[in-house]
Amino acid sequence: MQTKRTVFHSRVLPYFLLAPQLIITLIFFVWPAAQAIWQSFLRQDPFGLKATFVWFANYTRLLDDPDYLNALGATFVFSVGVTVLSMGLSLLFAVCVNRVLRSGRFYTTLLVWPYAVAPAAAGLLWWFMFNPSVGIIPYLLSFLGYEWNHRLHTGDAMVLIIIAAAWKQISYNFLFFVAGLQSVPQSLTEAAAIDGAGPFKRFWTVVFPLLSPTTFFLAVINITYAMFDTFGIVDATTSGGPSQSTNILVYKVYADGFIGLNLGPSAAQSVILMLIVVVLTVVQFRWIERKVQY
Amino acid sequence: MFKKLSMAAIAVALSATSSLAATEVTWWHAMGGELGKKLEEVAQKFNESQSDYKVVPVFKGTYPETLTAAIAAFRAGQQPAIVQVFEVGTGTMMAAKGAVYPVYKLMADNKEPWDPKGFLAPVVGYYSDAQGNILSMPFNSSTPIMYYNKDVFQKAGLDPEVAPKTWAELAAMGKKIVDSGAAACGFTLSYAATWVGLENYSAIQNLPYGTLQNGFGGLKTEFKFNGKEQAAFWDNLKKQQDAKVFKYGGPGGGAETAPMFYAQQCAIYMGSSASRAGVINNAKGFKVGFAPMPYDDTVTKEPKNSIIGGATLWTLNGQKNPDVYKGVAKFFTYLSKPEVQADWHQSTGYLPITNAAYELGQKQGYYEKTPGSDIAIKQITRGTPTDNSKGLRFGNLTQIRDLIDQQFEAVLSGKKTGQQALDDAAKAGNAILREFEASNSN
Repeated sequence: MQTKRTVFHSRVLPYFLLAPQLIITLIFFVWPAAQAIWQSFLRQDPFGLKATFVWFANYTRLLDDPDYLNALGATFVFSVGVTVLSMGLSLLFAVCVNRVLRSGRFYTTLLVWPYAVAPAAAGLLWWFMFNPSVGIIPYLLSFLGYEWNHRLHTGDAMVLIIIAAAWKQISYNFLFFVAGLQSVPQSLTEAAAIDGAGPFKRFWTVVFPLLSPTTFFLAVINITYAMFDTFGIVDATTSGGPSQSTNILVYKVYADGFIGLNLGPSAAQSVILMLIVVVLTVVQFRWIERKVQY
Repeated sequence: MFKKLSMAAIAVALSATSSLAATEVTWWHAMGGELGKKLEEVAQKFNESQSDYKVVPVFKGTYPETLTAAIAAFRAGQQPAIVQVFEVGTGTMMAAKGAVYPVYKLMADNKEPWDPKGFLAPVVGYYSDAQGNILSMPFNSSTPIMYYNKDVFQKAGLDPEVAPKTWAELAAMGKKIVDSGAAACGFTLSYAATWVGLENYSAIQNLPYGTLQNGFGGLKTEFKFNGKEQAAFWDNLKKQQDAKVFKYGGPGGGAETAPMFYAQQCAIYMGSSASRAGVINNAKGFKVGFAPMPYDDTVTKEPKNSIIGGATLWTLNGQKNPDVYKGVAKFFTYLSKPEVQADWHQSTGYLPITNAAYELGQKQGYYEKTPGSDIAIKQITRGTPTDNSKGLRFGNLTQIRDLIDQQFEAVLSGKKTGQQALDDAAKAGNAILREFEASNSN
């Protein structure tokens, strides 16, 4: 395969052409990240009047803090829950839509809608439906003898934020799964059908393995989403409660830094979060892109 | 099109000339809804009363949001001249010595009349430093009182004119209300774990909240709210909840508490005296009774004064134009006028900040015409304040309140006893206090 190479004779021009992208990256990504790292080593009063360099004190305190370890645990449960629920449902929807020929587009359009809803609005929507005093779902559940109250029951609260966060991500996953399913060659499933494999067998032994690059890609995206992009949902539904059960890492950064005005420890938490993103990105680029091939 | 544009140009030119004439004083506040409208009216009347200064109120969201915004603006050198900070942020503001222009100094520097003795003692005490100087301008102070549904009381066979005086009476009446089916729940509390259910409970029962006179004595203070009385009180709330007499309405201010009272689900609601206007507007189809907060007769026979909440106005350092501070001082003088104060107090339910405003209200016969409107002021001025009932002063109290909420929820869900939860809250709270001490000393 031949690639066309453009050769720049001027030494300045390439830098000039790159400049807009570089400047944006520096100002909006590198600079704040560097600020966060610097602040994580400081102990500061809220107004920034005085600051002491404290080395790793903010980090060691964090790792000794039972609330932080609890937040780690909650984040794990939450991101696994969101990933499994949203990917499972969207795969189911994608398979269904893939089978209907004519109305497929119609369903696709409908299923993409939730993606356009802002996280805070999604949170509020679910908060309203699950509201223990006026919500419709607690009312319906009461007929089944279940007293829903995410203000008091930690399990209910976790289920609520998982549902709200997963619902929002279904559209995205669905689109990728539909595209993935359409790229599975029809001939393979037909061949399997001729060999006598039923629909279930065909799906699990032929289609699903062929989908695995999409599945792995989505798994990483969903975990990243659940860990970093769900602040609005938590803020609008449970605010981290009851008794810290839904206080996930990204929400804790906000609560400690913006509500508590405790900047050093909050910056240390965001640095740890940054490291997690780095690891996830490396996993996505190195491991998934190379290992999952058929 | 051209006509529209030229109209716009004229409007811009007009506003430019008017702002050239008057020095603008930005005022960030946290009063939404009815209260916000009233606040804007206060600023507008001040602007109309003179032509040198123009106070521009800007709504910045909730109290914590306003405080956070002001701090971020200060760090960026874009701070407003005046910011409204809730009582919980007082410790944080007082410790930020370089950022704050103390009001007693502001008034002296600008030769405005200033008499600290004219203000109500419990209000002044809350916002003064160790030398007795007032650091921020008292504006909207409230205290929790009890609101009850007279119709439900009647239906339950209770005397609608008699509100429960003690927590034990409250429990008995609540049980009667629930058992008779008059309402689904007896009572609900806003700030159930903090301002109402722990801070004011401790003050009224004369129990210490923290060492060093609840933090007034310095940054080395430690929490003492995990006493056995408070623990028993929390255990009791859990018991009431199990009996359906008490219903929890969420952390912080309890977003669902007032709506449950309005919807007649709960017969009694305890919340800020400044909720008065809202309660009267929303209590459709039933009569509301007002009463002081109940006290715990197993702990005390002589309830102390309750403590205040609400907010004060802080002046921030660093305005480039020194005339702005002159404007702030003039505005504060205007705000402390008895008629301005009395009007604000009577239309919102906040306490009258000055004795003169209270006396003016008495002269106008306001308290006789409006039953229940003087409950808050009577409750806050009863007896002699002790070290335990003067108020609270802790750094990072916003964050500490959050973690107390979380511990209270652990009690309500049966995971912890009141004592365990309060011990854990005190321990985590003390760690935050030490952090605050470290970042604000030297």
